Amino acid sequence: MAVATEALHRTKQFFIEIGELSTFASRFFKEVIKAPFEFKELLRQCYQLGVRSLFLVGLTGFIIGLVLTLQSRPTLIEFGAVSWMPNMVGISIVREIGPVITALICAGRIASGIGAELGSMRVTEQIDAMEVSGTNPFKYLVVTRILATTLMLPLLVVFGDLIALYGSALVENLKGNVSFQLYFNTVFGALSFGDLIPATVKSFFFGFVIGLVGCYKGYNSKKGTAGVGLAANTAVVMASLLLFMVDFIAVFISDIFYEL
Amino acid sequence: MKVPNNTNANGKKQTNNKVIIKIKGLRKSFGENHVLKGFDMTLYEGENLVIMGKSGSGKSVMIKCLVGLIAPDSGYVEVLGKDISTLNQKSLDALRANIGFLFQGSALYDSMTVRENLEFPMRRHQQKLGKVTNTEPLVLEALENVGLAHTLDLMPAELSGGMKRRVALARTLILKPKVILYDEPTSGLDPITSKEIIELMRTIQKKYGTSSLIITHDVDCARVISERMILLVDGINYAEGTYAELSASKDLKVEAFFKK
Repeated sequence: MAVATEALHRTKQFFIEIGELSTFASRFFKEVIKAPFEFKELLRQCYQLGVRSLFLVGLTGFIIGLVLTLQSRPTLIEFGAVSWMPNMVGISIVREIGPVITALICAGRIASGIGAELGSMRVTEQIDAMEVSGTNPFKYLVVTRILATTLMLPLLVVFGDLIALYGSALVENLKGNVSFQLYFNTVFGALSFGDLIPATVKSFFFGFVIGLVGCYKGYNSKKGTAGVGLAANTAVVMASLLLFMVDFIAVFISDIFYEL
Repeated sequence: MKVPNNTNANGKKQTNNKVIIKIKGLRKSFGENHVLKGFDMTLYEGENLVIMGKSGSGKSVMIKCLVGLIAPDSGYVEVLGKDISTLNQKSLDALRANIGFLFQGSALYDSMTVRENLEFPMRRHQQKLGKVTNTEPLVLEALENVGLAHTLDLMPAELSGGMKRRVALARTLILKPKVILYDEPTSGLDPITSKEIIELMRTIQKKYGTSSLIITHDVDCARVISERMILLVDGINYAEGTYAELSASKDLKVEAFFKK
């Protein structure tokens, strides 16, 4: 009985959380079109959240490219299909692995960072001070961060994809004597707009989800410094879960278009 | 217990009766926790009014109602002749330009330098100051008032607790407010720094002729700075008078505040 009550309570909490997140998102859409526009802060956030993630995304992409190629190579050799390596790696990285891995890395770095930053601003009354200074803190802090993650994530995905492909090409160059030019020609020959467009579109949604969840958790942080840690932690968990849900929906929709 | 008062700390009759802040029947609850239960208060022009109360007695809630950070459940709140409940966001922001607010933990923006912290409200309240192209003289003047002109390019993390409080005070002064609200101005500071901050508050009041509403539970601060005091007990203004009158009271609840 106690387990059932607990399960019911948690389910109720989950739906309340989703409802509050939706309200938060609708407030974002209302505020984003209203003047004044905080361009300077938006640029600063693009630099903080985007440019400063380049190294992490690049390193992860490089390792993913290396590992994927090294692990696929023996199987493809067994079936005499090693020449399909660039096609297989290219399509899998561009369509799925690149966006998802980049988004997960960013969920860990950016969503937790935003959650902790806004959480500590809430706890130390900096958000209140901003409001008293005649600034709409939602517009200045939340709208700029969500826009920055939405705009920067597709760029990070492209960057991560290219580095991952470079890692894969490096393995093929060292182990299979395939030149970089031939490798990349084969990769780009295998890719179509049908691979690039859905991946790019879903990257925008991934960026939006990361920014939205990070801001929601941080902006509504409570319970002092413990709440800041909780905001950062739950931001990563919730953003990661939502990323997979968005990914499923994106793949489902793009699959319908493929069948048409 | 009401002690009718029309004298200041020096026993002089108050001559200026222009009302700066008026609160009548202010009520605020958080769930079952009824924090304010019909609080009344009037602050006159040029006056230093201290509100004392135990932790959790609703002092900070009351002061936040004055600047529209918290919406009261019921009651009348008038600041500089304007009924807060009737103001739209634009009018509220314009009113806030005339109210300085010193937060309990200073609430300096961590990601900005001292200069940027002081410039922030100036850029936001351009309707009051006009388009300020060169902010440096105003920033320096405000910092010189608190004796910290040399900290211009430091980050808040590089300042001591007392210095942060002084910079926060400079930030409240930058817009030349008509009234300054101090939320626990000496909390968390050592006795020497507390005295310096209190002295600074007195100097500022003399120099700019501002009215001050000071929320504190520091009896020494109240003794030095108050012209009139209100004791907030059980959500209402339990007692009112000068420091001398209240400290001589035989009422048990009033006595408890002044016992060493």
